[in-house]
Amino acid sequence: MTVLTVPMAETGAASITRRTRVLRRLRRNPLAVVSFVVLALAAGIALLSPWIAPYSVDQTDFARTFAPPGSPGHLLGTDDLGRDVLSRIMLGARASLQVGLLAVATSLVIGVPLGLAAGYFRAWDAVISRFTDLLLAFPFLIMAVGLAAIRGASLGNAAVAIGIAQIPGVIRVVRSDTLRLKSLDFVAAAVVDGASDLWVLARHILPNATSVILVQATVAIPAAILGEAVLSFLGLGIQPPAPSLGTMLATAQQFAARAPWAAVLPGVVIMGLALAFNVFGDALRDALDPKGDRR
Amino acid sequence: MTTAERAGSAATLDTPVLAVRDLSVSFPTETGTVSAVDAVSLDLAPGEIVGMVGESGCGKSVTAMSIAGLLPGSARITGSVRLNGTELVGTRESALRRVRGKEIAYIFQEPMTSLNPVLTVGRQIGEVLQIHERMSRRAARARAVELLTLVGIPSAAKRVDNYPHQLSGGMRQRVMIAMAVACGPKVLVADEPTTALDVTVQAGILQVLRDLRDRLGTSILIITHDLGVIADIADRVVVMYAGRVVERAAVTDLFAHPYHRYTAGLLSASPTPGRHAGTDRLQEIPGLVPVLSTQPDACTFADRCPAADARCRESAPPLEVVAAGGTDHLAACWHPCPSPRSHPEEANR
Amino acid sequence: MARYLLTRAWQSALTLLLSTIVVFFGVRALPGDPALALAGEDRSPEALEAIRRHYGLDQPLPLQFAQYVERMVQGDFGVSIRTGTPVSSMLTTALPVTAELSILAILIATALGVGAGVLAAVRRGRPAEWVANGLALIGLSVPHFWLGLLAILYLSVATGLFPASGFVPFLEDPMDNLHHIVLPAVILGTGLAAIIMRQTRSAMLDSLSSDYVRTAKAKGLRPRAVITQHALRNSLIVVVTVVGLQLGGLISGAVVTEQIFGLPGFGKMTIDAVFQRDYPVIQAVVLLTATAYIVINFFVDLLYSVIDPRIRVTGDPA
Repeated sequence: MTVLTVPMAETGAASITRRTRVLRRLRRNPLAVVSFVVLALAAGIALLSPWIAPYSVDQTDFARTFAPPGSPGHLLGTDDLGRDVLSRIMLGARASLQVGLLAVATSLVIGVPLGLAAGYFRAWDAVISRFTDLLLAFPFLIMAVGLAAIRGASLGNAAVAIGIAQIPGVIRVVRSDTLRLKSLDFVAAAVVDGASDLWVLARHILPNATSVILVQATVAIPAAILGEAVLSFLGLGIQPPAPSLGTMLATAQQFAARAPWAAVLPGVVIMGLALAFNVFGDALRDALDPKGDRR
Repeated sequence: MTTAERAGSAATLDTPVLAVRDLSVSFPTETGTVSAVDAVSLDLAPGEIVGMVGESGCGKSVTAMSIAGLLPGSARITGSVRLNGTELVGTRESALRRVRGKEIAYIFQEPMTSLNPVLTVGRQIGEVLQIHERMSRRAARARAVELLTLVGIPSAAKRVDNYPHQLSGGMRQRVMIAMAVACGPKVLVADEPTTALDVTVQAGILQVLRDLRDRLGTSILIITHDLGVIADIADRVVVMYAGRVVERAAVTDLFAHPYHRYTAGLLSASPTPGRHAGTDRLQEIPGLVPVLSTQPDACTFADRCPAADARCRESAPPLEVVAAGGTDHLAACWHPCPSPRSHPEEANR
Repeated sequence: MARYLLTRAWQSALTLLLSTIVVFFGVRALPGDPALALAGEDRSPEALEAIRRHYGLDQPLPLQFAQYVERMVQGDFGVSIRTGTPVSSMLTTALPVTAELSILAILIATALGVGAGVLAAVRRGRPAEWVANGLALIGLSVPHFWLGLLAILYLSVATGLFPASGFVPFLEDPMDNLHHIVLPAVILGTGLAAIIMRQTRSAMLDSLSSDYVRTAKAKGLRPRAVITQHALRNSLIVVVTVVGLQLGGLISGAVVTEQIFGLPGFGKMTIDAVFQRDYPVIQAVVLLTATAYIVINFFVDLLYSVIDPRIRVTGDPA
């Protein structure tokens, strides 16, 4: 009779690297796979939209305004000026993704170094924390309002406003992880070996903090997309006639009775994008959780 | 009679207050079923302190938790657990709840996390009284103060309104004990009660437990991996390995002459003052405790045993008497240690 | 506790001061002559001169700032370019609307969020959990102004269940007031409810697997008592934190919601002001928002210390 023994302690050197383990967990999670596929498709379509959209976004057709979805030549119908809804949605999605990524990139570029500094150097922590408090005091919409008042409304300003509003979140997350990592033994070992602060931060702390940064990004991007939609809807972001899902909803509001699809579809797309990011973000967070498969 | 009433009334000097027979516990996991406890039997007489000893993962905590049905719902439990003659295995949850805290109580290893941080110590002790004895808040609080004094906490009247984080580790553990004995349970299960405490504090806690046994007649099942604690407080000892009981004896008998090779190994691996003073090495037991999916028909210690042979790997040795006496000494070993332990290394030859 | 509150108090005060400075310089950052920006219709040299004198624009900056703060404290926020009325009176009519909307939204969101979160945690692995999680994800991802549009389309215009827009002051007609504000409040609270639900669920899961819950079970407590007295008690801290953090998002949301539902609140005032370049109003709005946020968060910290005895007694959050 064989005894099925499994050693209780898995000593040190794991034959599977962490990245492989995370990827494996993601692959096994159906929600993660589906959302990733959706995102990849959306990104692909959005990226290629200027070339694959059936119509130009400005192409009006006053003979065929308010055509319902399924009309010949217009899969998703046309809007009040006869413009193809599908094409506008595709390019609008592109703009949303652009703003989303730009905003999050901005917040990371500024927020990560600040977060690292705040977590690592006590003196800087006080200053940076006050700075974070200050940023938090201005809700992103109010900030966008302010920026629009000063510099006018545009895609760029919208991205900046959203990006700035997300900095506090990044700082907080990076700072907390830096504090945690700083107290771990391998950092002490590096310091004892004579590593400079910058070396420790760059070579030891930052690489280990990438997982929280990644998770933060996947949470921040859908928020940024939703933020862009709000700003364009209010007229504080992308200006018409440039395509944007938010402005589409703004104009559709007026004609909601005649063309309900124009009011529903852009919203569905926004929600779809945000949902895919959120679902993937959740799956990613679970996969990165060192506590393993929590059933 | 309700389960609780029955469980409270039946103990006499002859019948054990807690009788565990052939208790087996297994869990389904992602990699298959894990057998944590295999056919464990033990008795607890009124006013007796029995120690359960073994390494981490040997199933002692699982055994203890399964007695009052405190394991997660996925656990499969077979066998019999009789508390004052009343069967607990297979009883409905609502009936078990009446027994918990009233007839059988627990204290755990980590007093800091085992107490609710946002409730006062008095509230938490009073809770048990309010549920089982239907006391009013006021009466419960007054009784809580008495209990705190009973377990040796000074200024009990002030401490009763403290929060757990305001107390030291030793005091928190005393609070846990006060909470446990509030309703006068017949059995107290102490799962590693001193492990998380400083050595100097440990003695105090063990003294509290001893006092409770002397004054209230509470039977105590104390689980630990620390042989020193066993030597200090236990009357009888049960040694567990890989889910099975491998030896059972009165505490002095065990230390004088361990029969199972694992027990001998455990004793050799523990430093004894004077003996290992200069040159003698502590003997470790090579290998690791296995996690078993099914309990095999073989000795689970065979892979690590210096005296193992083919027979050990082919059939499981039964737990039988190796030395009769006032308290029988039982061991489950095909090749038990022949001579009493005069020198640690000799026991394993 | 006193030490903790004192620290938070001076931190809040500092942030408030910095915000004021930021807003002050924000207006000065406008391209061109600030007097022109503040002028409005009448741009004659005399009018501009009067403005310069009133706002002290030819004075050194620190003096301007001092005057500015002095006026703020007295409640003088200037005069609206668009309407000519004092900004402070505009605020008095607009703020109650926004306040009612926000408070109602928070109440609804907390009730829904905590309820759903507890349910999801307690019914782990059962269908109820998946449903609750799914709803929360959707609530997080849906653009709530779109939801508002749909709600107006299908719940107001199509079925007439709720009024599509407008506001009735509470003192005039309580029932009608609620009738008008319930839908916007629900829409506004959706996102917050989703966040609260997820945080509550996570905190409950942690509590339920904690040692003190094990102790509670070992004492023979009934499941409901374990959940409410022990697990939930400890999770409330998380809920309070979340609401405090999300306040900024709530204010942003209120702006949009008011716009869609035509509620004459703070938010609508802001949007109108932006498009009409009504700088005194914009300035007042931005400053007030920041102030509100800082003050409310300070009270949240106070509330924190009430709920968590570890802070109350030692001044140190665990």
